[in-house]
Amino acid sequence: MTAFAILPDIAISVMIVIGATFALIGSWGMVRLPSLMERLHGPTKATTLGLGGMLVGSILFFHLAEGEWALHELLISLFLFVTAPISANMIAKVHLHQLRVKPEGGVLDSIGPAGIPPLPSDQSSWATYEAPAPESAAATSEA
Amino acid sequence: MIQYAVLYGFFCLALALCLNLWRLLKGPSFGDRIVAMDTMVINAIAVIVLIGISTASATYYEAALLLAMVGFIGTVAYCKFLLRGDIVE
Repeated sequence: MTAFAILPDIAISVMIVIGATFALIGSWGMVRLPSLMERLHGPTKATTLGLGGMLVGSILFFHLAEGEWALHELLISLFLFVTAPISANMIAKVHLHQLRVKPEGGVLDSIGPAGIPPLPSDQSSWATYEAPAPESAAATSEA
Repeated sequence: MIQYAVLYGFFCLALALCLNLWRLLKGPSFGDRIVAMDTMVINAIAVIVLIGISTASATYYEAALLLAMVGFIGTVAYCKFLLRGDIVE
């Protein structure tokens, strides 16, 4: 009987410990990895998974210790799992944009072992902002 | 047992926030600082969730949800500003 009484505590504690460890691993990866494209992996995967584990622990805690289902946590984890890839995509695009705007300078030490990402094709470039060419209609028209 | 797990969680998250702050101060590029801010927001949400568990109160989840939304919007706004030179076009 006592062995079953302690099972909820064990489950909650394990989820919290796993979540906190993954959050720490994600932040450590962000410090340790050599360039921005690699540094994105730590926060977007490990830290999101860690927060998800902690939220599962919180759901279990409020169900097993308080006897009520709290669905706020599910909402938070759903929102985070939807938004984490979007912010990672935006940050990667910022990196490509900075590489294109000033290829030499402050960002050069963060290119990393993988090098600069290749262009999508010979005729095109990455879809980031650039100033219009000097002779084009967009540049010469009066605003 | 839950108290010790929560203590361990607080310790790990404090260490993670210190590592994020180091990356935020060191850079070197704007993207690194944006990643550091984004991760700091996620770790702060985790701290709020842990505070909710340790005090056994459900009051904190609205704060965590709000921080999740505002943090995402902040990250996207920083990225938009660097990409386009403006946030609302």
